[in-house]
Amino acid sequence: MYQYNEFDHAFVRSRVKSFRSQVERRISGSLTEEEFKPLRLKNGLYLQLHAYMLRVAIPYGTIDSRQMRQLAYIADKWDKGYGHFTTRQNVQFNWPRLADVPDILDALADVSMHAIQTSGNCIRNITADHFAGATSDEIEDPRQTAEILRQWSTDHPEFQYLPRKFKIAITGSPFDRAVTKAHDIGIRTLRNKDNESGYEIVIGGGLGRTPMIGKVVREFLPKDDLLPYIEAILRVYNLYGRRDNKYKARIKILLHETGLPILQEQIENEFVSCRESFTGLDAKIIQSISESFNPPEFVSESSAEFDQRMLDDPIFSEWVGTNISSHRRPDYGIVTVSLKPIGGTPGDASSEQMCKVADIAEQHGHDEIRISHEQNIILPHIPLSRLSEVFDALNSVGLGTANAGLISDIIACPGMDYCSLATARSIPVAQEITQRFDELRLERELGPIKIKISGCINACGHHHVADIGILGLNRAGVENYQITLGGDATESAKIGERAGPGFSFENLMPALERLLEAYLKLRHNPEESFGACHRRLGSDPFRSALYPKNLSAAA
Amino acid sequence: MPQRDAFWVITSNHLLEGHAIWFDSHGGWTTKPESAQIFDDKNKADEALQLADRERSVHVGAYLAAAELGVDKRHFPKDIREKIRTIGPSNYFHGKQAE
Repeated sequence: MYQYNEFDHAFVRSRVKSFRSQVERRISGSLTEEEFKPLRLKNGLYLQLHAYMLRVAIPYGTIDSRQMRQLAYIADKWDKGYGHFTTRQNVQFNWPRLADVPDILDALADVSMHAIQTSGNCIRNITADHFAGATSDEIEDPRQTAEILRQWSTDHPEFQYLPRKFKIAITGSPFDRAVTKAHDIGIRTLRNKDNESGYEIVIGGGLGRTPMIGKVVREFLPKDDLLPYIEAILRVYNLYGRRDNKYKARIKILLHETGLPILQEQIENEFVSCRESFTGLDAKIIQSISESFNPPEFVSESSAEFDQRMLDDPIFSEWVGTNISSHRRPDYGIVTVSLKPIGGTPGDASSEQMCKVADIAEQHGHDEIRISHEQNIILPHIPLSRLSEVFDALNSVGLGTANAGLISDIIACPGMDYCSLATARSIPVAQEITQRFDELRLERELGPIKIKISGCINACGHHHVADIGILGLNRAGVENYQITLGGDATESAKIGERAGPGFSFENLMPALERLLEAYLKLRHNPEESFGACHRRLGSDPFRSALYPKNLSAAA
Repeated sequence: MPQRDAFWVITSNHLLEGHAIWFDSHGGWTTKPESAQIFDDKNKADEALQLADRERSVHVGAYLAAAELGVDKRHFPKDIREKIRTIGPSNYFHGKQAE
């Protein structure tokens, strides 16, 4: 993976030093909260319902064992012994004290990590396919592109005060695991007819209160033109993006109001002048960066033990069936370490669990770890020969849940249990769903299904792009949950349709049971997933299940 | 004119700790919701809020929260958000409930 150079180290340290001084001045009273708030947000520090929250970036979801252990150390020393992995490949600490935050940032800097640009109206953490560099379906590892974008966007003087926050995601595979079409800029690696690799650029995607799927603004961008083209998009957005209304300030609104052809022309014109200022140095830097993402030295080992346990141990083979994905090498697997235990909090990992994952990565997985936007941990390079040992090690700390891609693999934002923006709780909803379908023993029967829960309209839980999306709202001081159906986060991205009136917390679970019972009756055969069934039939038969005529007011 | 059966408390977050605090009847801040001063007059509550909000070196962002009065004259938050602030998160025994 990429190692910080001298400049990176010096920059991060200087930011910590500045922030330490800002915190001291806030505590002494020389800075007011109005003055301090934008400064703390620039360093990822929020004030939530019960405490401060520090959001730490994990660029393109890539982390190693040393960094993971440091997160565990921070959790133990300054927090409550756990971290929360988010839908943007960040990790959040929910309980730091203000005076401790500079020390936490120094501890992060010790392992080449930081919380810069994890908040505010700037270019946020660049996210990428969590199977990058490991999957068999990849054209090219997208992390080298993500890293150059990270370097370009970090502290970019022109883009520190954008109209609104700006999110970029990238995939190197035709199968989109990075939700690129729901980002301000989505980048998809592809090859042209001459077999040269380049990028398809999508702009104007986003969830939140006005969900939109992005549109292709450039069908094929040569690799050398990446930075000037992205800079051109940002310049046009910075100039024309609305600043009069924060709810209309994202680039998706600019695209919607301006129209693709005009915006495209503005970007292309800007690109011409941007291109002149890029002398080719960026191409050389990209080349040197790409060497940081060379594949590890894979090992060839006998898989006899793995083969035998697959025959002997149904619990192990069940876990392999759900949590291991196809690797570029047939004798390796990609392990999804589920952070979704039945009844647990999606995305939370204790310090003990973090340390165990770090140990496993170091001993068996070429020291590589990824964080997925689906709030799981990925061990991207595990030889099949080691899977048995890895499974036992994960199980020893409660990380052996065999549910990746199933109903209990729920994305959920922190919701009103923590977040000051939230209008309803998300975590208890997720906990109840996982417990109920575990009791019903229906998880395997239901097959692959994505449930995603957001505790407010800002949609951090990605509910719009779920098979079943759940949006928690506040109706006269009481939680109320709206259901959306048929969303899709992949290369065929689609915003789900709102099913109808919302449900109270108490009535939500019975409604979901009716919905999923209906799916089991409606599907052609057990191989037809919920998503496929919905695409075939539309929402109506599912609405009928949610709102049966013989049931009085659902809400 | 006071609204019947309408009550308010003044609440904020502590600058250093970040946790929820309430304005008490002695003109200071308390970490205990049961010690919060309860207002039955919105105008008086607004006036007190202006006073309370002056001392920004202790707290961050004071506001009025609607409350209900229990039989023991203690206040109970009306809104689910305020209820969670006075108790703590529902997924772990952390926050106020653990103090």
